[in-house]
Amino acid sequence: MDSALHIALVGNPNSGKTALFNRLTGSRQKVANYAGVTVERKEGRFVAPSGRHIRVLDLPGTYSLAATSPDEAVTRDVCMGRFDGEARPDLLLCVVDATNLRLHLRFVLELQQLGLPMVLALNMSDAAARRGIRIDRERLQQRLGLPVVETVAVRRRGTEALVRQLDAALPQVPPAPAADADLHAQVSRLLADCVSIPSRTARIDDALDRWLLHPSLGLAFLVVLLFVMFQAVFSWATPLQDGIDGAISWLGVQLAAVLPDGALKSLLIDGIVAGVGSVVVFLPQILILFLFILVLEESGYLPRAAFLLDRLMVGAGLTGRSFIPLLSSFACAVPGIMATRTIQDPRDRLATILVAPLMTCSARLPVYALLIGAFIPQRSVAGWFNLQGLVLFGLYVAGIASALLVARVIKSRRKDEAEHALLLELPGYRVPHPFDIAIGLWERALVFLRRVGTIILSVTVLLWLLSSYPAPPPDATGAAIEYSFAGRIGQALHVVFAPIGFNWQICIALVPGLAAREVAVSALATVYALSATADDSAAQLLPIISAQWSLATALSLLAWYVYAPQCISTLAVIRRETQSWRTVGLAAGYLFALAYLASLVTYQLARVLT
Amino acid sequence: MRLTELPYHATAIVRTVEGVGAGDSIAHRLRDLGFVEGEPVRVVAHGPFQRDPLLVQIGFTRFALRRAEAQRVRVDMAAA
Repeated sequence: MDSALHIALVGNPNSGKTALFNRLTGSRQKVANYAGVTVERKEGRFVAPSGRHIRVLDLPGTYSLAATSPDEAVTRDVCMGRFDGEARPDLLLCVVDATNLRLHLRFVLELQQLGLPMVLALNMSDAAARRGIRIDRERLQQRLGLPVVETVAVRRRGTEALVRQLDAALPQVPPAPAADADLHAQVSRLLADCVSIPSRTARIDDALDRWLLHPSLGLAFLVVLLFVMFQAVFSWATPLQDGIDGAISWLGVQLAAVLPDGALKSLLIDGIVAGVGSVVVFLPQILILFLFILVLEESGYLPRAAFLLDRLMVGAGLTGRSFIPLLSSFACAVPGIMATRTIQDPRDRLATILVAPLMTCSARLPVYALLIGAFIPQRSVAGWFNLQGLVLFGLYVAGIASALLVARVIKSRRKDEAEHALLLELPGYRVPHPFDIAIGLWERALVFLRRVGTIILSVTVLLWLLSSYPAPPPDATGAAIEYSFAGRIGQALHVVFAPIGFNWQICIALVPGLAAREVAVSALATVYALSATADDSAAQLLPIISAQWSLATALSLLAWYVYAPQCISTLAVIRRETQSWRTVGLAAGYLFALAYLASLVTYQLARVLT
Repeated sequence: MRLTELPYHATAIVRTVEGVGAGDSIAHRLRDLGFVEGEPVRVVAHGPFQRDPLLVQIGFTRFALRRAEAQRVRVDMAAA
C-alpha cells in the first residue's frame, strides 16, 4: 500500500457523500436526490494544500451496520476491515445531513464503536441554516469527542474547512458508547444540548406531499407527467433533428462531389455517413428524455413515485424498491440492474434484474423513432395529443405491462413467501440546479457520441465490408449487396424471420444489432445505401423504408424491439451481478422467445387488418 | 394501538416495536430508523391502492412503510 491517508465516506443514504466525494476529488460520480444512488465503493484521490496525498473511498449509504442488502454489506465490510482487497480506512469521514441530525447522528454513534479516528461533516449546512436550524458546532464536537466541520458539498468553497481538517494531524479515536447503550436516547440528549430546531419539516414539503401523494390526484399527476415526457421527446426534438439531418445530407453530398468513385467513396458515404449519421440524428430525443430523468432524480420525486406504485408492484411480485432500478432502466438497463443492489431480498432482486431489460431504454429510442417517423402519420388526436407521441407512449406501456406480467410469472413459481420490507425514505424536495442538469446532459451527449464513435462506427465499417465483398459476378442482375457475405447471411436468416414479416435487409441488420440496439438503425442505413442501384445513396433511410416496407413489417419490428435483448452490455452486467451464466441464458432466452412471439402475433394480425 | 390503526394525521407516541419471531431484521431496522419509545409519530399519507403503503413521519424523516411493517409498531395516542 502507499503512504496516502486513506479515508472512507460513510453515512446515511442521501446525506450527500457522493456530492462531497466529487467536490473533494474532482470526480463526476452520479448524484441524485434519493436513497441508494451509490451501490458500490468508488475510489478517488486528491492532494491537500500541505502536499499530503489523500485517498478517498465513497461508500453506499446505510442506516446501520446491521446490513440488510448487498450495497449496505459493502459499507459494513469496508468499515470493519473485512472487505477483500481493501485495507481498513485510516479515518472515517462521517457525513450527516444537517437538517436531519435526529436520524443521522445515531449512525455516527454506532460508527464510534468501531474504534477508528473519525471526522464529522455537517453537510447541507446551508439548507439547515435556511430552515433556521442552529447547531452549536463547538459543543457538538466536545460532546462527541471528534472534530466536526460544516460542509456544503454542492458549493465550490463548501469543503474548505473539511480539507483543512483532513490536512491536520489525524484526530484521536473518539470515545465509544457502551455496546448496549441506548443510542437514540444519546442522540436526543445531544440534540437538546447542541441544536435548536424551529420545525420538524420544511413546510413546502408538507404542502407538496399533500398533493403529489394524494391517492387519486397524485396518481393522476404521475400518469400525466410520464405522458408529457414521451410527447415532449417527439414534439420538442423535431426542429433540432431537422437541423442535424440537413447537416448530414449536406456532408454526404459534399463528399460525393469531391471523392473519386470507388471503395473509399462507398465506405465513407454508404458506410459511415449513412450508418453513423442515421444514429446521430436521434441525439436530441435522447437528451430530452434525459432532461426529464435528471430533473426527476434531482427533485426528490422518484421515491414518491415508488411510494404511489408500491402496491401495484407487490401485486406483480416485485417491490416498491424495484421502482428506482426499473426507472433507471429507462435510461439504460446497465445502471438499472446495478441499482438492484439496494433490494434486500435476493429473489426480489433477481426478478427485478430479469425484467429490467423490458424497460424501454434510450438505445431503443432511435429504432422506435425511426419506425414511428416512417409509418405513423404526424397528426393530432383529440386536438391535444400527437399520434406519434401516443404510439411511443404505447410502446413504453407495452414494456412495463410485460415486465409486470413476467414478474408475476416468476413470483408464481417460487414457494417461499418470506416478508421483505419497503422501509423507503422520502427525501425533502429540492429545486434542480440548472447548471448540474446542463452538466448531466452534456455528459449524456458525450456518452452517446462516444458510443457512436466507437461501437457503432466499427460495427458499421465491418458491416460495410461484409456487405460489399465478395463483389457480384459480372452477370449480376440485382444490387451488389445480394451477392455479398452479409446478403447471403441475411437471406439465410430470412427463412426464420419471414413468418414475422422481416425482409432480408432487416435480418442483416439484426446481426450487428446484437451488439447494441441503435446499431440496427445504422446497419439498416448502410444496407439500404448499398442496395440502392441508382446513384441516390445520399438519400435518407426514413423515406426508403416507408416506401418499401409494409405497415405490418414495421409494427412487427417495433414489437420485436420491445422485447429482444439485443445488448451485449446488459447481458454482461446480468452475468456480473448474478454471477450466473444460467441467469443470462434464462434472460436472453425468454426475451428472444417473447420477441418472436410478439412479432409473430403483431405481423399476422396487422396483415389481416390492413 | 398499532401504527396501522392510527387515524390519518393524528400524532401518537411510539411505545415499542414488536419483532415477528426472533431476530426480526425488519423490527431491528425500524428501531435503527428511530421507531423507539417516546418518539412522536404521524401518518401523513397512504398509497392509492388498498391504502398501502403508509407514509410515516418519524423525527425529521418520512418513511414509506407497508402495512405489514407498520403493524410491528405499537403506539399510544398523544393527549390532544
